[in-house]
This record gives sequence, C-alpha cells and structure tokens, in this order.
Amino acid sequence: MSRCRILFTGVGGQGTLLASRLLGEAALACGEEVVVSEVHGMAQRGGVVESTVMLGGLRSPIISEGQADVLVSFEPLETLRALNRCSRSSTIVTNITPVVPFTVELGAAEYPNVDHWVGFMKENFKEVHALDAEALAKEAGTARALNIVLLGVLFGTGLVPFDADIMVETIKEKVKPKFVDANLKAFELGLEAARNG
Amino acid sequence: MHPLLTDDPGKKLLLLGNEAIVRGALEAGMAVAAAYPGTPSSEIGNNLFQLAQDERSGIYFQFSTNEKVAMEVAAAASAAGVRSLTCMKHVGMNVASDVLMTLAYVGCKGGMVIVTADDPSMHSSQNEQDNRLYAKFSNLPMLEPTSPQEAKEMTAYGFELSERLQVPVLLRTTTRTSHVRAAVELGPLPENRAKKGRFEKDPRRWVPVPAVARVRHKVLLDILTKAREEADRSGWNTVTGSGNVGIVASGTAACHVEDAIAELGCADRVKFLKLGFIYPHPTALFEKFLEGLDTVLVVEELEPFQEEALKVTAFEKGMDVKILGKATGHFPRLYEFQPLQVKRQVAAVAGVDMEKADLPDLSSIPELPLRPPTLCKGCPHRETYNVVKDALKELGQEENAIYPTDIGCYTLGLLPPIQMADYLLCMGSSVGTAAGFSISTDHKIVSFIGDSTFFHSGISSLANAVHNMHDFCLVILDNSTTAMTGHQPNPGISLTPPGYDRPRIPIIDMVKACGVEDIAVINPYKRSEALEAAKGVLAKKGVTAIIAEAPCVLYLKRVGGKK
Repeated sequence: MSRCRILFTGVGGQGTLLASRLLGEAALACGEEVVVSEVHGMAQRGGVVESTVMLGGLRSPIISEGQADVLVSFEPLETLRALNRCSRSSTIVTNITPVVPFTVELGAAEYPNVDHWVGFMKENFKEVHALDAEALAKEAGTARALNIVLLGVLFGTGLVPFDADIMVETIKEKVKPKFVDANLKAFELGLEAARNG
Repeated sequence: MHPLLTDDPGKKLLLLGNEAIVRGALEAGMAVAAAYPGTPSSEIGNNLFQLAQDERSGIYFQFSTNEKVAMEVAAAASAAGVRSLTCMKHVGMNVASDVLMTLAYVGCKGGMVIVTADDPSMHSSQNEQDNRLYAKFSNLPMLEPTSPQEAKEMTAYGFELSERLQVPVLLRTTTRTSHVRAAVELGPLPENRAKKGRFEKDPRRWVPVPAVARVRHKVLLDILTKAREEADRSGWNTVTGSGNVGIVASGTAACHVEDAIAELGCADRVKFLKLGFIYPHPTALFEKFLEGLDTVLVVEELEPFQEEALKVTAFEKGMDVKILGKATGHFPRLYEFQPLQVKRQVAAVAGVDMEKADLPDLSSIPELPLRPPTLCKGCPHRETYNVVKDALKELGQEENAIYPTDIGCYTLGLLPPIQMADYLLCMGSSVGTAAGFSISTDHKIVSFIGDSTFFHSGISSLANAVHNMHDFCLVILDNSTTAMTGHQPNPGISLTPPGYDRPRIPIIDMVKACGVEDIAVINPYKRSEALEAAKGVLAKKGVTAIIAEAPCVLYLKRVGGKK
C-alpha cells in the first residue's frame, strides 16, 4: 500500500483523538499497517490537539513541514496553523465553525476571516473540502459527532486506501451503543458532502 | 473485562505504547506495581490501576504518594522474589533517584522493570532532561523501544533480564513512543501469578552499610560487564543495509531514519545500526559496526549519549572514522526531532538527492491568535485565584505579592487574566521556595499547591517552614484528585473512584500536624464567605494556610457526583 500521512488537528474536547483512533482501528481491521499518534496531558486543557495517522508502513508518528498528504482540521484557525505541514499536492478537509480562543476574547488577537482563507486554500492546494461540519453533526443528531462527519468527508475524498464499509463496521463496534446511530448518520453525511464537492 | 486481559495469543490489538508496556508486564508475570502519575507515563499507571481492581488480573497496584515511595514499594516486592514494576515521567526519576542509586547496589531478586518516560520538546513538562543518563549514572541496563510491539516485548524481556542479572532494568520511552498506537500481537498470559514471595534475610546483601556497599558496588560493576556482553549480542541491536556510511539511532529517531532510508531508497548506501538495548553501550558491536566506515551519523534526541560512546570506541580502537552528530552541528541537543530534519541529514550523508515538496507561499498568513491551554470552564482553581486576588487587593497587598506555584493544572494560573504564578521548579517547590522568598524579600508571599502535589512533596517543606519560622500563606487547591494527569486518587481525596475504599487522610489534619495554626477552609464558589476567611488568614504573620475545597469539574462529571 502506498504511504499516506494524515494530520488531524483541532481543539481539546472536539474529538480529534477518537477520530484518529477509530481510523487506526479500521486500518488494523483490514490488516493495513498503521501508526497513530496522540497528544495527552497539558495540551488537552483547551489547547490545540493534534494527532496523526500514518499508513502504508511508515514508522515515524510525526508529520513535518510539507509532508501531510491530507489535513483533517476540526477548526478553521487550526487549519491555518497547520498549513505549513501541507504542500500544494495536499488535500485539506476543514470544518469552518470557529472555536474562538480566549486570547481573541480578551482582545489580545484577531480571529482570521474564515471565508477569505478558505479562498486562499482553494487557490493554493490541490483539493479543499471546507464545510460546516458542526451543522451536519447536529443534523445527524448530536454536535459531538463532528469528528465522525469529518471522518466521512475524509473517506469521501477517496484518499484513504481502504473501503468506507470497514470504517462503518469499526464505528458500530467501537462507539458507545447509544451514539452508534447518530455517528453512522454523521459518517454518511460527511461522505455525501465530500462527494458533492 | 479489561482489554489488556484478552487471553487470545496471536490476536492483534491497536495499543498505545504505554498499554503495550502493561501488557508486556502482564505476560511476563509481573504481580506488584506502584507509580505516581506523570505525563507521558500516566496511562501505564491508569491501566494497572483498573486491572488491579479486577481479580482476574492477579496483580497488585497502588498509586503511591510519590515516585520515591513507588520505587521503594516495587523494590521490596522484587527483593521478596515477586516481579515488580514502577513507572514515572522523566522528572519523577529525580525524585526516585535516591532509591535508584542504591537499589542498583543491593539489586533485586524478582525481575524489576523501571519505566522512565521522557518528554523531548516538553509537551507536558518543565524540562527535557535525557534520562538515558540515569542508566549511566546508576550503572543499570536500559532498553528503548521504537514501537508498541517492541515496547511489549522489551518489557517482558526486561523482567527476564533483570531476574538473570539481579538488578533492575530501565525501560526508557519518550512522549512519542508512549503515546503512539499501533498493532500489537498478544502473547500468552501466565496461568498463575504469585503476588506473595519470600524474603530471605541477608543483611550482607540488602543492608548497604559501608562495608556491604563496598562489596555491592563491585558486584554491580561485574553485572554491568555481563550486561554489556548481552547488549553486544542482543537481537534488539540490529544492523541493516550496507555502504561505507553508517547511521546510529534509537527510539523515535530510529523511526525517522527508517522512513528516510526507505523513501530515499538508499539502503545500499548506508549501514544502519538501530539500538534497542541502549545501555551499557555495546562497545564490541560498535567496533564491528565502525569497521570499514568513513562516516557515521548519530541520530539521537537530546544528549550526545551514543555519539560520545562511539567516539570513545573509535578512539580506543584507533579507528579513523568521522562521527557526525551534536558536536558537529548536524543535530541540536534541543527538542524532539522532525522527520524532515532527519531525512535531510540522511540524504546528505548518503549522497542522494531529496525530492523537494512543492510548498505554497504562506507568507501572507498573519500572526495567528495563540490557543494556550487554559483552566476549564467552571474550574474551581479559577475561583480560588480570584478570591485570593481580591482578598489581597482589599488588604492593599496585591501589588506587593509574589506567588510561588507548583505542578498541576493550576500552573495555568500564570496566564492572563489570573497571572498568579511567579516561580516554579518542580513538584512541591511552592512550599520550599515560599520560605526562601520570605527571608530574602519584603514581599507578601502567597504560594499555591494542589492536593496531590501536597502529598507528593509538600508536607516535609511545610514542617520545615513552621519550624524555621517563615512567613507566607500556602494556598492548597484541593480538587480531590490528581486532575492534570487524568484523575488519579491520592490520600486526601473525599471523592473516590468506584470501588476505591482506602482510608482518607484529610489535608487539614496534615497541615495542623505540621504546626500551622491559622488555617481557613474555604469553598471558592461561595465568594463572599471565602473572601472574608481568606482575608483573615492573609492578614496574619507566620506560616498560614488556605485550603480551597472544591472537586475538579471534569472529575465530578466522571465519577457521577458520588461523595
């Protein structure tokens, strides 16, 4: 299988770790080599939370400048922060609903204009899926399914080298029973969103 | 059932490096473990804690009050012939080092593995010390995995090696090996696990008075020689590829090297020595490896540990080989490495071109708002800080105050708008440094410490402060858990995890026993009452204390509000 570096980024509490872990479990379920990295500790207190999923026999858990094949971002400011890890040939999946950091609330900094920067990304990167994933998650039944919507979009890009059905099975198996239906719906909505451009 | 008890040899689970260590210990028959939590080691203790609550695991585990105590608990179990484990973050080893240095002399009987989880780049730590130096300092063998699978196997091997050599074995991880998930193939679990051993009295072995210690030091050095021979022929140290250029690496750096060699397609140009049995330095293997090489690139995070050892071998054997690393500026002694940084150096020594990524111009992106970690919404620490700040304001002391702080979530009090954290060294330092500031300045000293940190290393400093007549107020932020590292229990907690039935030692009793007379116990959410009580204590001279009692909001949610 060809090598694929997927970078997840977001804000503590958005479910980035669960998303990367589920993707890792799905990879394991179909016998693909996978390395998933997680950030624990201090970073989880409302800070930036990054994780990576490395496929195709990569050993290193870190993605450095220009190395990400896919960026899956849960928050638009964090998308911008992670752009240096992408190259022109990268695909970007990004939620467009901001989680405003307290540095902005305190007036110490200004939150960037999301529309402007989505335009910038579309000009500079191979493929950009910018969507209100939170709205889709709510449509699926819970805003907390944001991570699964984005996993759906990721699979919709066709860049994950195994079938979306395996991801569906993994969600059924690993997600708490009472959230399974909402999560499956969220995954489906994400898939559709990607396929519709 | 806990997934780590899955009794299905050959099955693959997606395990965290730390979980793999626990599984390795279970497969090796480890029966007693003790730890104080600390990122990036915490999940080892968390899993052992959960496992110990399930009888089927057959293991004993405790969260000890600090790393020193934990290592002592594990050391004694080992002396009684029981396989034991302790784990800690890198700075925790400093606390336990008093035990470690002499434990190396008396050695062990049941296999004993000591896990040290280092944190290059300081993702969650106050320094990035390289604990490989503890192996050299204590003369103990050290192993370092590159993947969860290796972490599991090395842990099991560590027990066997320790039992054979009769000394503890150190297992070193870094944040990236502890917090990486990958497939781990399960091995069989032992049929029986003996939690009880038999301690055979032998003062000439176990009581290192000078006459005994002199003998034991020599024994230790003899063991080290045996360990070196084992490292020289160890399957954990592998040589791949060919060429007259060499690369030496271990841990995550070795992962970067492997990826770089594969992507650059230069396996026929470089000979790669991957080290897993990292101390004692396998000097005979080094000599064989260096034979015929012109240049060696040493890829290791932090200190030039293997680099300097390779230079010693080259010097002693009169070998003419260039050794590139920290001293030559090829790699820094700072931070964890980035794969690209490693790939560039590998490409350069291998003499191959590197494909350049097509990077767009990002210079138009303005400076982005930072998102530093912060105290959670509704966190009681925030309330306590505000109460103390207001009390000092009303006493006209706010401008005059110095705030020594400590290790925990509340260290985030350094950020605006709170900004009440002025000085920090290590666990428990809020109390000792408050004493120092109180004698060397005329400021009002108000220091902050959490409940778990207080039990870890605040108590002896508080007794010291009272006895030596210092002048400061110690604010104990009692949120009834060790929140920062994932809600582990400590002796003071009133809110306990399910099934946790151990005697409570109220913090107020400890504070009184240390001789503090002026104590205010406040509920920080009851603003006006708390403010009056805090003012009363802050106006007093001598060592005083404010105990702010309010559980961590995340923890409260997790344990369902059961008191």
